[in-house]
Amino acid sequence: MTTQPTPRVRMPATAKAGEVVEVKTLISHEMESGQRKDKDGKLIPRKIIKQFTATFNGKEIMKADWHGAISANPYQSFFVRVPESGTFVFSWTDDDGSVYKAEQKVTVG
Amino acid sequence: MDMTTSAQSRRDFLATATAAVIAGTIAPSSLLAAPEQVATELKKLFGDTKLIEGKIKLDLPSIAENGLVVPLNFEVESPMTEKDYVKAVHFFAEGNPNPNVANYFFTPMSPKASAQLRIRLAQTQNIVAVAEMSNGEIYTAKKEVKVTIGGCGG
Repeated sequence: MTTQPTPRVRMPATAKAGEVVEVKTLISHEMESGQRKDKDGKLIPRKIIKQFTATFNGKEIMKADWHGAISANPYQSFFVRVPESGTFVFSWTDDDGSVYKAEQKVTVG
Repeated sequence: MDMTTSAQSRRDFLATATAAVIAGTIAPSSLLAAPEQVATELKKLFGDTKLIEGKIKLDLPSIAENGLVVPLNFEVESPMTEKDYVKAVHFFAEGNPNPNVANYFFTPMSPKASAQLRIRLAQTQNIVAVAEMSNGEIYTAKKEVKVTIGGCGG
């Protein structure tokens, strides 16, 4: 079973300068842990999202390395500061090398 | 006389039966991580640096009905400035097949060293969180989660 991973991000589109806002992210992904066996008793190879990164105007805010213990369709929420108008980019890196991205422009005013 | 023999044989029977039951309950050697494995991972990351208890708010349910989706929230106390911030927060599971859960890396751009995520737990176990501060101090916290249905399939 494979689903095309679709990232979703929820955060405010406007903020006051310097405001701290919460970002909620979700990506559809089976997060195959590499621990399960198929009907013939063979191990199903691991295929998970191994890294998440968040940047603002190209500068890294935070990143996370994930292992097999992260649930399917990984949900994550965290906090960012909005120093000025700009673009947040969130990316998820798959074990197979694919990178899924989501962008959010935030206007200060 | 006759009674004694029968009692004797019954005792023998019970002894054999009990032995069989005990043998049956000894589970095949488990592949799950143990607290020692988590300790080994910590040693690899931090060597002999002392781990101090505190500063980490680790929020997990005491009882998780479904080990496949267990909410984990954390926040590390820190002003999050250029001079004083949380560099990383690592999570380990003492009873999962692989002790690593997640490693979070923060920068002074992060307003809070905090996140919420969902993890899988194979069985009742301790979750260990370890926070690395920019000044080299290392803090730790631990929380036990009782798991009703394990989340590792198989």
